[in-house]
Amino acid sequence: MSDEHTPDKARAIVVGHGEFSAGLASAVQQITGMADRFICLSNTGMAPGDIEAVLRSHLTGGTTVIFTDLPAGSATLAARRVARDMPDLVLVSGVNLATLLDFVCSPATSPAEAARGAAERGRASLVVLERH
Amino acid sequence: MGIFLYRIDDRLIHGQVVVGWGQPHDIRFLVLVDDLVASSDWEKDLYRMAVPPEMEIRFADVQTAIRDHATYAADPRPGILITGEISVMHRLVSGVKAIGSVNLGGIHHRAGRKEKLRYIFLTPDEERELLALESAGVEVTAQDVPGARAVPLAEVLGVDNR
Repeated sequence: MSDEHTPDKARAIVVGHGEFSAGLASAVQQITGMADRFICLSNTGMAPGDIEAVLRSHLTGGTTVIFTDLPAGSATLAARRVARDMPDLVLVSGVNLATLLDFVCSPATSPAEAARGAAERGRASLVVLERH
Repeated sequence: MGIFLYRIDDRLIHGQVVVGWGQPHDIRFLVLVDDLVASSDWEKDLYRMAVPPEMEIRFADVQTAIRDHATYAADPRPGILITGEISVMHRLVSGVKAIGSVNLGGIHHRAGRKEKLRYIFLTPDEERELLALESAGVEVTAQDVPGARAVPLAEVLGVDNR
């Protein structure tokens, strides 16, 4: 992702398997034009220690939110290791498009607050529609 | 059913294990054999939170795993036993003669290792250790996910043993 971003808005890391994060970011870009709020990473081919190191290297400049795909995924486990010594870090696993859209559009003043609201929106977006 | 798969995977518990193998084979318990993890409450909590509620996770150091292997094997549910290092699996196999096959699920790049497959990187010492496993009668294959082909060790190492 580009390093250019809106300076007064929180940024976040999105990390997951394969091209998961890049795919979600492209959808965010198409809908809002604000995909530059995300640093997109993949865990493909990486050992656990390498994933952790890459996450740490991107947690600079006020980035304090990490979105991951699977709760059981290696990216989530690596992020939890990072969070152990970064108390301000907010980790949201199971991210979906609705979550990221809410995050970039959030009026919240803190990244943590924006992430919490986004997680709620993402959870609520999972709906089973059946014809009875 | 007992242990369905003996896997070497440096990510230990992760998506391929819990979902990739776990769901199609209805895996109900995992045994994570790692001396460091077994001795750390924080590490154990980390992995406990990564598995779904229907899947039990047990932790053991190598000696405990050797001692308790018969219990794992007698469990009526299907399970997966995981080590993060080849040397750990080798120690386990040395103490448990009932282990007939070992799966290489993910051994990633680090200094001194060379790429053998997209998800398998080995040092010369690790290659020798895997060959020693096969010499002891254990079938060693590489297969990251159930839908992939199980690659025999000779092919992984580029050894023509025809």
